[in-house]
Amino acid sequence: MPIRVQTQDFDLGAEVAALRAGQPQVGAVVAFVGTVRDMNEGAGVSEMELEHYPGMTEKALEDIVAQARARWNIFDALVIHRVGPLRPLDQIVLVAVTSAHRGEAFDACEFIMDYLKTEAPFWKKEQTPHGARWVDARVTDDQALAKWGIRSSNTGTPE
Amino acid sequence: MNIQLRFFASVREAVGTSQETVALPATVQTVGEVRAWLRERGGAWAEALAEGRALRMACNQQMTDAGARISEGCEIAFFPPVTGG
Repeated sequence: MPIRVQTQDFDLGAEVAALRAGQPQVGAVVAFVGTVRDMNEGAGVSEMELEHYPGMTEKALEDIVAQARARWNIFDALVIHRVGPLRPLDQIVLVAVTSAHRGEAFDACEFIMDYLKTEAPFWKKEQTPHGARWVDARVTDDQALAKWGIRSSNTGTPE
Repeated sequence: MNIQLRFFASVREAVGTSQETVALPATVQTVGEVRAWLRERGGAWAEALAEGRALRMACNQQMTDAGARISEGCEIAFFPPVTGG
């Protein structure tokens, strides 16, 4: 299954092995793992909670992967995103892409992450010494998606 | 027209509910008009859904904008900018 939203951790090695098992046409695997930092916006983070929109999340991720497949000649893509309580050092997200040559896999992996950051309905709430706070969206994430020719209004005001 | 409302993250906390079913007056026909209609409740509703506040909207679990037309039984969601990954 190419899309998974789950509370449990994942094993990068096992996931990549499964993704390319019995696929001798694969010549490149690119994987990105996002992890929880202990510091954000100048404050220590002891724990975070990841909320999402069940149903829409899966549809959004499937749409993102479909767009990557339409743009690049890739064989497969896997997206795993964790939800629920997480701590510094924990893994949050895995994107892995297989292709014949590295260029497509690098680009598709970065595209999927850039798109996910601004279009998939996840929200992080951090616990800091000053109390709990919702993480602010970053303009740089909108800019990252813009380099693929897609405009995002995630941080903007659509009205 | 009856529609389903969903709220997430800071918007859910501000308005104090995650979902409800509402009967809309006939004059409310777009997602933006639902937002404006909910603001009329005042207090936290007016603040969380204020015009000019960065807010994202979904119709039937797809990102949408204020001009999107609503239909009977649809699911409209309001939430802050997304911060996954």
